[in-house]
Amino acid sequence: MSTLEDYKGRTPAWCPGCGNFSILKTFKEAAVELGMEPHQFTIVSGIGQAAKFPHYLKCNTFNGLHGRSLPVATGLKLANHEMTVVAVAGDGDCYGEGGNHLLHAIRRNIGIKLFVHDNQIYGLTKGQASPTSTEGIRTKNQPLGVFSEQFNPMTFAIALDCSFVARGFAGDGEHLKGLIKEAMAHKGFSLVDILQPCVTFNKLNTYEWYQQRIYHLEPDYNPEDRTEAFRRSLEWGDRIPLGIFFRNNRTAYEERISVIEANPLVKQLFDISKIESTLKEFY
Amino acid sequence: MDYTIKIGGEAGQGIQTIGYTLGLVFSRTGYHVFTHQDYESRVRGGHNFFQIRFADHTVMASKDNVDIVVALDRESIINYEKELSVVGQIIYDSASLKQQHESPQFLDIPFVQLAVEHGGNKIMANTVAVGAVMGMMGMDLDVLIAILKDTFKKKGEEVIKNNKAAALAGYDYAVKECIKCSFNAAPLSKSKMLISGNDAIGIGALASGCKFYSAYPMTPSTGIMNYIAGKEADYGVIVEQAEDEIAAINMALGASFGGVRAMTGTSGGGFALMVEGLSLAAMTETPLVIVLGQRPGPATGLPTRTEQGDLQFALYTAHGEFPRVILAPGTPEQAFYLTNKAFDLAEKYQITVIILTDQYIVDSQWTFDGFDTGKLLYTDYRLRGDVFKKLSAYKRHAFTDNGVSPLAVPGDALHVVVTDSDEHDEEGHLIEDAATRTTMTEKRVFRKLPNIIKEIASPLFYGKSEPETVLVGWGSTYGVMKEAVDLLSREQKIAMLHFSELYPFPSTATFDYLHVLKNAKLTLCIENNATGQFARLMRAETGFEFTSRINRYDGRPFTLESLAGEIYVYTGRL
Repeated sequence: MSTLEDYKGRTPAWCPGCGNFSILKTFKEAAVELGMEPHQFTIVSGIGQAAKFPHYLKCNTFNGLHGRSLPVATGLKLANHEMTVVAVAGDGDCYGEGGNHLLHAIRRNIGIKLFVHDNQIYGLTKGQASPTSTEGIRTKNQPLGVFSEQFNPMTFAIALDCSFVARGFAGDGEHLKGLIKEAMAHKGFSLVDILQPCVTFNKLNTYEWYQQRIYHLEPDYNPEDRTEAFRRSLEWGDRIPLGIFFRNNRTAYEERISVIEANPLVKQLFDISKIESTLKEFY
Repeated sequence: MDYTIKIGGEAGQGIQTIGYTLGLVFSRTGYHVFTHQDYESRVRGGHNFFQIRFADHTVMASKDNVDIVVALDRESIINYEKELSVVGQIIYDSASLKQQHESPQFLDIPFVQLAVEHGGNKIMANTVAVGAVMGMMGMDLDVLIAILKDTFKKKGEEVIKNNKAAALAGYDYAVKECIKCSFNAAPLSKSKMLISGNDAIGIGALASGCKFYSAYPMTPSTGIMNYIAGKEADYGVIVEQAEDEIAAINMALGASFGGVRAMTGTSGGGFALMVEGLSLAAMTETPLVIVLGQRPGPATGLPTRTEQGDLQFALYTAHGEFPRVILAPGTPEQAFYLTNKAFDLAEKYQITVIILTDQYIVDSQWTFDGFDTGKLLYTDYRLRGDVFKKLSAYKRHAFTDNGVSPLAVPGDALHVVVTDSDEHDEEGHLIEDAATRTTMTEKRVFRKLPNIIKEIASPLFYGKSEPETVLVGWGSTYGVMKEAVDLLSREQKIAMLHFSELYPFPSTATFDYLHVLKNAKLTLCIENNATGQFARLMRAETGFEFTSRINRYDGRPFTLESLAGEIYVYTGRL
């Protein structure tokens, strides 16, 4: 069994007070409580403050390029579906640069657990608007205000019949831990959007701003009711729901591939014995 | 004997079916065969052709003179009547083309009517045409019947029987009506292998333990994906159609990181999207094989045609400094072995190997006596299972003398495998300090390169020793250059140098090809592009400047007579 000590990583380079710290702490606790060992899973990340995440704990890591965590994670999952594959991204990384990959990863329903640190702003590049920025806010790059409508990852994912759709809050660790554990246990693709205050660049969506608005979906809320999930996902403003919005039991992509039914690809030894007969097909 | 048959028609009329069938007929009869295709970027209509050359000696290029034209549309007659050889014949169906030709070079064969009468369906008109060509050639129909049985195995006895009848009808008609036919193609010895460039790469990948192929369909590389996908179950391979080329290369890198041999394929436009991934592969030192099938650009260019226009792109693209290998097969046989070499080098040095092809080489079919699987390389360079478990510590990017760090399979041991697109330390974690940056750059570039250079084979020399004229080319021009040398060496001291391993540029240590070039009176660099990209590379790497260049950049490949003619313009002055 692993302990929190086993997950000790490099010292984070995030700003003091950043919402990422509590996500990191919560994730480690969830991993320990789930009995996961560092070598049993891989975190694939892209670029951004969130993408530095795997360096700050201990696990197999592929920290790739901006927006590209999901295709790398997809290739890895197909090569070794016994490996737990986690993708960690930011709102710019995943909803902006990598939007197309998100769309298709959800369609595939491949067994990747995606955690999006959603601070509604660009942190690493210092304060530009992100796809989830509030319409109208002014930034250095958008001095007249953000003109585009705020991207709603929950509605988007539910529309695509994503098999696990949830939202947590960095300031609500216990609740978030529950979501992480549920997502990790889920077969198929899971998206957990984590609201995360950026203390340096986002002066609107602060801890207080979120605290005043968030509430947990009720215990009798049925996440299998897609219509209700849509309705709740559209709720944003005075009240912001947290919890599992939607889930279904679509077959995971890797379960459909007969080639890896018995063994993961990486465990299948190279066998050249059929080559001669295959070459004969050209005569 | 050396005959050329050209089948012309609209897309969707089945010219490929006729072409593939005839190619197989000739290769099974023991002839040397070379086929090439010219098609438009459309599914129906337009005008395409399929050209087959077969001979009792090795052939590896298309000729301009045609002996039999199978005209399925009027454009075939307009375009190819002037290409007919002295004994040439055009066969056509006057009822379908709604025009009649009285000249003795024309033979009107009612393909459709014979198909309906004998096969019971006009769909068999193409089988009638194949039978007719065989009749004109005086060949035995048995080979075709065997092929028809294979082709229609799944469709049942009735279909086979009808096709046989249709073939026989075309055959008999041609034997009876083609008074001018003076062809003779008696069967030779044993069957030959007939294979295209793309299929050779596909089977080369399977023979090298490729387990994962992710790509977005793009002419002319789609054929590789089709081929490997057809073998998924047999070889335990996953073929993933990605949402775009950016995803394709990143998926391949993810799979490679996961512990399997991975490959992607595309053309110039898709490769442009893959460029950031190429840089990622370099920084994370993840083995990768990429096929870049060239077609004429810029932008969409001529999507279904050929050009060698992306050499400089493959050489210099992607941000940062890192080693890469570029291979450019000149024949399907070379494509098979070089694909194998690509997988070996990629994993051995944890680098990207680019296989540079073009539409001409990937769609062309060549005959061979066979491929020798005994020559294939396979070493599993990865750290797996117990060997990995027994290590007391593990660092993914550990410094070593040769710059190659142990490449472990994540999950196989308690050690974690960490890599990063940021500059990183030996463990794979991101760093900012200057000293680590310097050492890491030296590891990736300077420590690996000397060993990689040693792996690169010398160019192939062919022709007269101490030549006065040396032709130089790379990739797909191999065949046409070689035949041009054969043709011209009757009167000239001519030879060729062909480069199929382009980068790192071959050293002169084992074969001093520069000596050959410097001692020649005339050196000609032959390229299927406008600007002479290889000539520029040669000058950059060796300082050698060619006397002149022969370039073709109309989207079509060189053909034998026209290339020989262009060479003669220079050699005639010697």
